[in-house]
Amino acid sequence: MSIAIAVGLLTAAAVYLFMQRGMVRIVLGFVLASHAANLMLFAAGNTAFRGVPYVGSGEVGEQADPLPQAFVLTAIVIAFSITMFMVTLAITTTTDDDTEDVEVSPARLLAADRGDTKDAGFFGLTTESGDIVVEHGEDETGEPWPEKIPGPVTPAETQEGDAR
Amino acid sequence: MTEMLPPLLPLAVGVPLLLAAVGVALRKKRLARHVISLGTLAGLFGFAVLLVIATGDGTTLVHQVGLWDYGVSIPFVVDALSALVLMIMSVLAIASVLFAMATHEARARFFHPFVLVLMAGVSGALMTGDIFNLFVFIEVMLLPSYGLLAMMGAKLGAHGARIYVSVNLLASTLLLVGIALVYATAGTVNLAELHGAGKDDPAVALAGGVVLTAIAIKAAVVPVHGWLTRTYAMTSPAVTALFSGIHTKVAIYAIYRIYSLLFDGDERFLWVALLITSATMLIGVLGAVGEKTTRSILVFHMISQIGYILIGVGLFTLLGLTAAIFYLLHHMIVKASLFLSTGAIEETYGTGEIDKLGGMLKREPLIAVTFMVAALSLAGLPPFSGFVAKFAIIQATLAESHYWVAAVAVVVSIFTLLSMLKIWTGVFMGPEPDDLQERALTYQQRMHGKRYLRVQAQAETPTLTIGPPTATTSAVLAGKQAVKVPFKLIFPAILLAGITLFFGLGAELLMGWSETAAENLLNPMDYVRAVSGA
Repeated sequence: MSIAIAVGLLTAAAVYLFMQRGMVRIVLGFVLASHAANLMLFAAGNTAFRGVPYVGSGEVGEQADPLPQAFVLTAIVIAFSITMFMVTLAITTTTDDDTEDVEVSPARLLAADRGDTKDAGFFGLTTESGDIVVEHGEDETGEPWPEKIPGPVTPAETQEGDAR
Repeated sequence: MTEMLPPLLPLAVGVPLLLAAVGVALRKKRLARHVISLGTLAGLFGFAVLLVIATGDGTTLVHQVGLWDYGVSIPFVVDALSALVLMIMSVLAIASVLFAMATHEARARFFHPFVLVLMAGVSGALMTGDIFNLFVFIEVMLLPSYGLLAMMGAKLGAHGARIYVSVNLLASTLLLVGIALVYATAGTVNLAELHGAGKDDPAVALAGGVVLTAIAIKAAVVPVHGWLTRTYAMTSPAVTALFSGIHTKVAIYAIYRIYSLLFDGDERFLWVALLITSATMLIGVLGAVGEKTTRSILVFHMISQIGYILIGVGLFTLLGLTAAIFYLLHHMIVKASLFLSTGAIEETYGTGEIDKLGGMLKREPLIAVTFMVAALSLAGLPPFSGFVAKFAIIQATLAESHYWVAAVAVVVSIFTLLSMLKIWTGVFMGPEPDDLQERALTYQQRMHGKRYLRVQAQAETPTLTIGPPTATTSAVLAGKQAVKVPFKLIFPAILLAGITLFFGLGAELLMGWSETAAENLLNPMDYVRAVSGA
């Protein structure tokens, strides 16, 4: 009974969080949803049996079912890794995590500075200062590169330039 | 040979995983990564061919992993259906990887390892005889896909990846819940032991329904298809082609397998399947009407074709299943060929928008022919495999007197042909836009310029670095080189178009294999006997 209530509450909270715009909230929703699924897996093994499930360690009638526990363990690992990936997706491309907004990524800031507003890159890192380091070198004809060094861009400026 | 093969089955999962790790370790050796990746995929294809030959007479190969007894073990099972699907999928993976090598996407350090892990998951999902293990292998398959989608979605930001990961995680959670319910009601997750449980016990049938719903989300069946069109057009053509042939099709395979075993082909629920498949066919093809880029049109058609493939579940007769399996195999090849041939144009000319392209028939006659072959095959015209597939499907529905399903299938075929003509007239016929060359050059500049952006993630304050361009960039930018699709970009599409022609003219061969697979699905007792060893 307590498991059923817990599953219900977790699912309700997860669905509520799925409906939010922020990516981090959606991720938290998935954390709750996977808890609900794991509890259901546990319940599938009948929680009335609580003995240690080792052969010879007790009476068979009292031993817990080890299979759902193995399932839960596997499911936790999988859900955890995907959650981490989703958290990465939530923070890497934007200054905020609103899923309704178009992201502003460093590559896009850079592209905006070049006057190319269409180039929305996915490079995954926001520079704190907005500074962009230019590596100087020569292209294959021996000409110095780059010809025009892009100046430092501040996120505030370029977001204006990148307005859609 | 049949005795030799079963113990080797787990290697189809283990070897790609191991070599993926090797690929990651070979950090600076790009050539070695190419060789390892193509070599592994070719090996997987060879292994799948052996399996197809070994299962060609209806044999089911079983290996109880760890040599545990039936009931405790997690078996690997291969019958004609899994072997055939694995064979075609490895061909697709090879074609997509060749394309990605031509576009230089495959130069990314993690590209090949991701593809190998993906294929390990695919082999596992196709071979496992246990639903929980199916869930695990689907996740193994999805994790590298998230990486590929995010990596290659550079052009369009992370929106596609966000939707894709969210939807798939939701479906996976639902699948897990379904598996918990199956275990709670039937007491096992071994498919052979579950045989017929859904037919006898309504509680198990409900649990199986949850499992099938979760898998249907992954297969993009109407009404849970929305995510597909919003994500597949949001990555590179190579990755779209790879995903189109693999992800939704593994889900379709799982639907067939589970309905055959868990539900024992229960006739009471068939009308539901027929209703859903008809809706899928119709809504998919109508969705394509409003689309403006080649790729989004093709993605909508994918949904419509998934409807055709699933008609087999709704009929569950020998003819229906044979036709559907033939359709599945034909569709994987043709769709990937279309994605790759239009993708070659997209990668070279920088756009897939129909309005911005034109006159490609003169400029790129080879792609035009390749596209035409695959498009006619998709629409179901002879002498390509699509004609045989569609003809068989319609015949099977008529044999069961489902006239309305047959009518929908015919009407949808006509719309499919119209859509293909839309791409044909927009991209290949008509005048060449004046700014075509300029757009292509701008695109090349953007793509090449981007490649020399480096992110230094390890540094304490991460910075972006721009480095010098390469010879090709400069030559293209200077306008010395006229833009033309290189042959290496066209080759994968030609390869796949050739296969559809081959299976159209020599349909007997594939039809025979499909019939064996269909017989296996119709008589799940063979599967159960092989797994239980009784």
